[in-house]
Amino acid sequence: MKFAVIVFPGSNCDRDMYFAAKDQLGEEADLVWYKEANLANYDAILLPGGFSYGDYLRSGAIASTSNVVEQIRQAAEAGKPVLGVCNGFQILLEMGLLPGAMLPNEKLKFMCHYETLNVENADTIFTKHYEQQEKIEIPIAHGDGNYFCDEETLQQLRENNQIVFTYEENPNGSVGNIAGIVNEKGNVLGMMPHPERAVEALLGHDDGLRLFQSILTNWREQHAINA
Amino acid sequence: MRKVKIHITLKEGVLDPQGKAVQNSLKSLEYNNVQEVRVGKYMEVLVEDTENIEAQIDQMCDQLLANPVIENYSYTIEEAV
Repeated sequence: MKFAVIVFPGSNCDRDMYFAAKDQLGEEADLVWYKEANLANYDAILLPGGFSYGDYLRSGAIASTSNVVEQIRQAAEAGKPVLGVCNGFQILLEMGLLPGAMLPNEKLKFMCHYETLNVENADTIFTKHYEQQEKIEIPIAHGDGNYFCDEETLQQLRENNQIVFTYEENPNGSVGNIAGIVNEKGNVLGMMPHPERAVEALLGHDDGLRLFQSILTNWREQHAINA
Repeated sequence: MRKVKIHITLKEGVLDPQGKAVQNSLKSLEYNNVQEVRVGKYMEVLVEDTENIEAQIDQMCDQLLANPVIENYSYTIEEAV
């Protein structure tokens, strides 16, 4: 399986994402500079964390207007897995691939520590290696992680099982304790916590690795069916 | 040339922790009559005259300058000197 890690000016978790896919998962992965990206031959797109364009205007807003975005949109429409973590999640929101928007953390502080997440939907291509309602340890690192959407959207997210991860203890003020959501089709996941920073015990936890393993398992199953 | 002055504000009902912090600071300076502070953005955009300039500015705001999920915008268009 071949992963593309999109690198924007100001991305800073791109190498962790690459490490997770390439070294810990053991699959092919490339760091792809956003201007030179040709995503046609990749099976999954990873949008890493960081501060693309210095968070100018709003986090993720400037990156969401770059040329590569059209290709990301096409990959998503084609059903390829698209994972946006932290700034990657913010970019997916600004692109409109996921509903809602990100606000500054309720307490206005940048926060960087482990959080306990509840797996609210273990039946997605990103979470099939987790148990429903399993509690997992994944670190957060953000200043603008306060997920916001209106009542109606929240209702829809709940009805469609689009809320994938919630915080056990809400660190940032997100509505519904939301830490991660998928699109209706289920192939685009945005989450503020960093699974790529928790992919081996030596780093503290390896709960994040199973997210990448889920993507791979799903891809292999699909591949076997198609073959 | 036209100068477009754009105000972007948080929608009602969207929490504004920054505004709250500024409000508390004003309180600590003993401006006790301050009821609320909401922090927004102000931009000046110089554009060449075109037909339908308002439609174009609306589009710019919807597409990029404001995030319609959390923000409202308003603007005035002036002759640029």
